[in-house]
Amino acid sequence: MNWSAIRAIYVFEMARFFRTLAQSVISPVLSTSLYFVVFGAAIGSRIDEVEGVSYGAFIVPGLVMLTVMTQAISNASFGIYFPKFIGTIYELLSAPINFLEIVMGYVGAAATKSLFIGIIILITSFLFVDIQIAHPFAMVMFLVLTCISFALFGFIIGIWAGNFEQLQLVPLLIVTPLVFLGGSFYSVSMLPPVWQTISMFNPVVYLISGFRWAFFGVADVPIGLSLLAIAGFTGLCLTAVGWIFKTGWRIRQ
Amino acid sequence: MSPILSIKNLRKAYADGFEALKGVSLDIEEGEIIALLGPNGAGKTTLISTICGITMPTSGTVTVAGHDILTDYRAARSLIGLVPQEIALEPFEKVINTVRFSRGLFGKPRKDGVAEDILKRLSLWDKRDSQIRALSGGMKRRVLIAKALAHEPRVLFLDEPTAGVDVELRKDMWQIVEQLRADGVTTVLTTHYIEEAEAIADRIGVINNGEILLVEDKEKLMGRMGKKQLYVQLATHLTAIPPELAEYDLTLGNDGWTLIYGYDTNSERTGITKLLTDVAAVGLQLVDVETRQSSLEDIFVSLVKVDAEDAA
Repeated sequence: MNWSAIRAIYVFEMARFFRTLAQSVISPVLSTSLYFVVFGAAIGSRIDEVEGVSYGAFIVPGLVMLTVMTQAISNASFGIYFPKFIGTIYELLSAPINFLEIVMGYVGAAATKSLFIGIIILITSFLFVDIQIAHPFAMVMFLVLTCISFALFGFIIGIWAGNFEQLQLVPLLIVTPLVFLGGSFYSVSMLPPVWQTISMFNPVVYLISGFRWAFFGVADVPIGLSLLAIAGFTGLCLTAVGWIFKTGWRIRQ
Repeated sequence: MSPILSIKNLRKAYADGFEALKGVSLDIEEGEIIALLGPNGAGKTTLISTICGITMPTSGTVTVAGHDILTDYRAARSLIGLVPQEIALEPFEKVINTVRFSRGLFGKPRKDGVAEDILKRLSLWDKRDSQIRALSGGMKRRVLIAKALAHEPRVLFLDEPTAGVDVELRKDMWQIVEQLRADGVTTVLTTHYIEEAEAIADRIGVINNGEILLVEDKEKLMGRMGKKQLYVQLATHLTAIPPELAEYDLTLGNDGWTLIYGYDTNSERTGITKLLTDVAAVGLQLVDVETRQSSLEDIFVSLVKVDAEDAA
């Protein structure tokens, strides 16, 4: 294992994050604050409680997940796509490293960044609402696993993407709708029965539900299913990454 | 001594069926500077890319100091430094950080003395804290070299290091390569400037259409260039060389209208006077006399041309 290379990639990627710290941190904090103002204060004052939790607090797990997922994907996909775009990928390919080490460097950095932003969002939300965390350990586990699995997913998108348009395509057209329809701002039980059934096909529902359970002890779906969903998604991404590793798909001719 | 780099029957066919390398074999000795000359699309970059791990070979083997580039890629690649043809650098990174990154990527612990030495040698030390985007094109090329040297490789590949580079920087590059040779670094460079190969290489390889047409010591090639040819145009047509002139090792050209005599300008006696006297003695009448000198460029052009005719 070339740990030095993993560290080099990790440090390099984190350096970019800190170079653009203002935009990396301010924009998610700002948009989360806006969500709190709009959904928490304005609309939330008309909805007193959802499943025994004040609406302002209820949307916190969903908001954290929303930010963490999109940040993990965009950081990881950009991280590996940019070297392909500007040509610096030659150095990764000619270095004495294997694909696993490349993945660990890039995915590790993207997961760290998104975790960092997730924690900042969480801290921001404490300023707006009063929340308690029922299962702190499970909360951290869910958060970390989501960061890693979505960073893996982002990495795959970055490898696949042939241009900047494609890089934005999956996050914009698939991930954002799935997250918004995944119960970030509502409980699935509030939907008409038909939509409840359809929602069960949305993998993000399981993640947000599990994460919310860690906060409030209430969930849309059994916690076991949520765990299975996040494990399954991580497994799927790992399999895809393994396949890319074996075939050199879109990397090595 | 076994070669530092040994390429055996290397083939590379791309997915679209294009065969970029058609069985290249080449041994490179430690410490030498070898220039690969060839026109655009000859396969120079593909050869380097395959050795360095950027593309996968279709068949054949390459070993670096005995380490196979596929089965023992970690050992093989850690001995190699690559300077690509195109400038590819992260624009917002600082010079010193990008050099440290390269060293780390190749599994070497951070050593500031090495980075400092390399940057000073490449006249980049003053620019170490500049962002790469602020550098001139020539400086960026130096950064690429600094990155390639960051892990102290034993073999350096320079893919067209002086393409689009001004005269001064080109001379600087040659000097850098010369210094590296003093440190025992083996250098493989590709170029299509013949004067570049002449200026710095120990050996010259000519590559075209994915094949190596010739690899020879530069001195020998220069020796060939030192040879001149005397063309004696005759008034009468010959079908064979007259036996009286057998000692001159002549060839007939121009369908028997011309006698061609090769001689060495460096030798004490060229034998021209005697030849011409003997030609007259045989009774042949001269119409015109002309001498020609072959340059590396001629050798190169004729090799590539013959190769193209063979392919047709």
